[in-house]
Amino acid sequence: MERPAWAPRSIDISVPSVSRIYDYYLGGSHNFEVDREAARRAMEFLPGLPKISQANRAFMRRAVRYAVAEGVTQFLDIGSGIPTFGSAHEVARAASPAARVVYVDHDPVAVAHSEAVLADNDDADVVAADLCKPQEILHSLQVTRLIDLDRPVALLLVAVLHFVEDADDPYAAVAELGAALAPGSLLVLTHASYEGIPMPTERAEGAVDVYKDIRNPLIMRSRDEIGRFFEGYDMVEPGLVPMPRWRPDTAPEDEDPWALSGFAGVGRRP
Amino acid sequence: MTAEPDGPEGRLRRFATIWSRAVYPVTSTSLTRPELEERLLPLARRLRGALLERGFDAEAGKDVGADLVDAHCTDPDALSHSLDCVDAYLVLYCGEDGPQEDLRIRASRLQHAMAAGFARALRERTLAEQEAISQAALRAQGVVAQALHASEARFRAVFEGAAIGIGIADLDGNVLQINGALLRMFGGSEQTLRGRRVQDLTHPEDAPQTWKLYDELVRGEREHYHTEKAFSRPDGTVLWTNLTVSLLRDADGEPQYTLALMEDTTERRLLNLRLRYEATHDALTGLPNRTLFFERLEKVLGAGEGKRFGLCYLDLDGFKTINDSLGHAAGDRLLVEVADRLQSCATAPGEMVARLGGDEFVALTTGPDTRHEVDELAARIMNALVAPVSIDGRELTVRGSIGIVEGPAGERSAAEVLRSADITMYRAKSAGGNRFELADPEADARAITRHGLTTALPAALERGEFFIEYQPLVHLGDGSVRGAEALVRWLHPQHGVLGPDRFIPLAERTGLIVPLGRWVLEESVRQAGEWRERTGDTDPLRINVNLSPCQLTHPGLVQDTVDILERAGVRPEALCLEVTESALIGADDDLLKPLRRLAEMGVDIALDDFGTGYSNLANLRRLPVSVLKLDRSFTQGMQQFPADPVDLKIVEGIVSLAHSLDLAVTVEGVETGAQAEQLRILGCDTAQGWYYARPGPPDRLHELALVDATG
Repeated sequence: MERPAWAPRSIDISVPSVSRIYDYYLGGSHNFEVDREAARRAMEFLPGLPKISQANRAFMRRAVRYAVAEGVTQFLDIGSGIPTFGSAHEVARAASPAARVVYVDHDPVAVAHSEAVLADNDDADVVAADLCKPQEILHSLQVTRLIDLDRPVALLLVAVLHFVEDADDPYAAVAELGAALAPGSLLVLTHASYEGIPMPTERAEGAVDVYKDIRNPLIMRSRDEIGRFFEGYDMVEPGLVPMPRWRPDTAPEDEDPWALSGFAGVGRRP
Repeated sequence: MTAEPDGPEGRLRRFATIWSRAVYPVTSTSLTRPELEERLLPLARRLRGALLERGFDAEAGKDVGADLVDAHCTDPDALSHSLDCVDAYLVLYCGEDGPQEDLRIRASRLQHAMAAGFARALRERTLAEQEAISQAALRAQGVVAQALHASEARFRAVFEGAAIGIGIADLDGNVLQINGALLRMFGGSEQTLRGRRVQDLTHPEDAPQTWKLYDELVRGEREHYHTEKAFSRPDGTVLWTNLTVSLLRDADGEPQYTLALMEDTTERRLLNLRLRYEATHDALTGLPNRTLFFERLEKVLGAGEGKRFGLCYLDLDGFKTINDSLGHAAGDRLLVEVADRLQSCATAPGEMVARLGGDEFVALTTGPDTRHEVDELAARIMNALVAPVSIDGRELTVRGSIGIVEGPAGERSAAEVLRSADITMYRAKSAGGNRFELADPEADARAITRHGLTTALPAALERGEFFIEYQPLVHLGDGSVRGAEALVRWLHPQHGVLGPDRFIPLAERTGLIVPLGRWVLEESVRQAGEWRERTGDTDPLRINVNLSPCQLTHPGLVQDTVDILERAGVRPEALCLEVTESALIGADDDLLKPLRRLAEMGVDIALDDFGTGYSNLANLRRLPVSVLKLDRSFTQGMQQFPADPVDLKIVEGIVSLAHSLDLAVTVEGVETGAQAEQLRILGCDTAQGWYYARPGPPDRLHELALVDATG
């Protein structure tokens, strides 16, 4: 039987969480030994995971700045995880004082931490909700308070869709979210893929197995499959590309080869 | 800031560039390398300041180390790369022209301080982040605990406040928890259920599978089941429930508890029983009604081979009269009394009495020897009706007619059986009533044919299945053909040619006689018109057409007749309408008015079958009649030789009377020459019968008339 809506989700911090693992990749200490243990095991197979995470972070930063430059100052960051340095609201506020950000995560610890970080911040808030239940997100108090859905919104789905299995139909969820967005809205998305990893696929599968073990499967998708998330959007130049290739600020020679793993792209709702 | 490439500022920037290049690969910052360089530039400036300050203070190194952590260069390698960089390039790019040895010592001490500052800041940051995430986890758990508490409270509220009964038992059947609603259903005593086992809650009315389902559930073979179940309350009453039992499993899927949800359906059940009783019983007499009777009869008829049934269909004789004369209340009381008596006649197992409606009752028997039993049952019923019923001080004699059907199950439907019983009852009734008759397939068949003909009549008229034969009317004086009587026939697709006796009564009962009669009139008059055209206007052939009582009262009679005559170009004098004597008995002026109108126009009116009914001679004077048609019974006595003298006297008297009233006399059924001669001597005017001609097609008549004219 499915858990009824009114029964609370249980919290077990002895179980690794992908958002705390991500924090660990990014050099943070917002994590517990179980998280670090899982992260270290995954890094045995893919030592470049921190670089990949960093590239995600850097792409998000460029995409947020791009959005502000395009006049989009409302941000819905789903799968935001633990807010560390360079969070969407920091980047956005630096680019535009009018920016408003709503974070969404289903990890209660990440949400609790976000609430603490955003306690004094009137222009950013966090919603505890599941990406697969778009209506809960769209009709949350926080979104209602901070985001005007009649104006363009930048929907950030950075390093999150690869944690949604096909059985939960991430395409439907993305389409449903998109349907609620005004024309001119941007879909900012990154996704893990075997393509671009500077290592044989078999080794990368070891890291995928680690995520399977912690019951948070990592779903690798092909470039075509990732491209399907942008159905109904016009791709912004340069399209769906490895993360460092998306409107880089600096010469590519600085880039670590690991950063080329997976894909990033921005689409605009016509 | 612009700087000479080789000026101090330019050299400082070169140092920062080198530093950022060394550190950038090991940081996890989202800044770009140039941005990091901008971030490191002030740090480089501070290091240069410390290096060149008159009084040396290594504290600046600590700050720079701490700032590195702030710039998210938290990886230990970021420190070691930074120290390498300071060691190799700080004095080179920022030392200017100072004493190299001093500068080296200073740079070295700054590195020590940077390491210390970095370590302290990293420790602080790590501890702060650890604290923050722990706090977040605690808060999140607090939220969950609160939600759990709320959910628990909500569940308790649901459990306690539910209108349905909820009970939880372990797998051994021990009742662990019950809610207030369940307690109330069982009469409010906790002892009834506390400490009891589910298995003890049996009831004689438990469906056979009830406990099998429970066992399957407890064994984990099914998740839930739904059933209707009765429980005994401590006070001895019965609690009926809609019961749903579900299996509760633990996190590993092992069966743990059983959860029972029950809804008290006792009252609804009683209501249903009452509604069912009301739907299946007659409100007046309390007897089973038609619905229940049909259910029973269908069950009996659906029973296996070798089973037989017997059925008595009773209709009270003259009940309508009682109702009309004494009122419905008295009629109802009579029915109640009859019902009681019938009830007492059918008390054996397998016997039942029902009221079908009105004064119609049925008794059913399904005993082992129905052939014998059903006769006895009918006799008992007749016997039960013998004693008069006392109502309002009157002793009413009740009689009834019974139709009996007996036979094997499985051959006929309930409706067929009941129809047979109905037909048989009518047979008993038409035989005088106060008797019973046994169903007879042939009598049934006749009745069914009659029914079939009745329903086929309207279509037959539309399809033109009727035709007319003509029987000549002959003048007794000279033997000439004067006209003919039109006799309608039905060419039935299955039964062949049917005479009017087979269908005219049916047509009269259904009212179809009006259109049929009009058709006959139209067709005959048209035929008369045809004859007239052939024979010329002098002395035309007349046509006799029968008029039924229904047509007589139909308001369109006169106008229809006028129209038909005009359309055919036939003079009214050529038409004679025959009306039976019985139709005119007691006729008032309203009824006679149309006949009078027709007679005034010149149409002859004949009194048909004269002598069979009342034969109220005095009445003859006021009837607009010009012809008497003597019934064939009078002529039958003249077929023998010598003729019956009484018949002769009667006919002679009638003829004399008729002539004195200016009426012509026609005789029917003339079959011999002697008869014809006799009737001529007696003074009869015209005759018809087989002696002259049988009824036949219109051309035959024409031929006869021609022969007559030439002969």
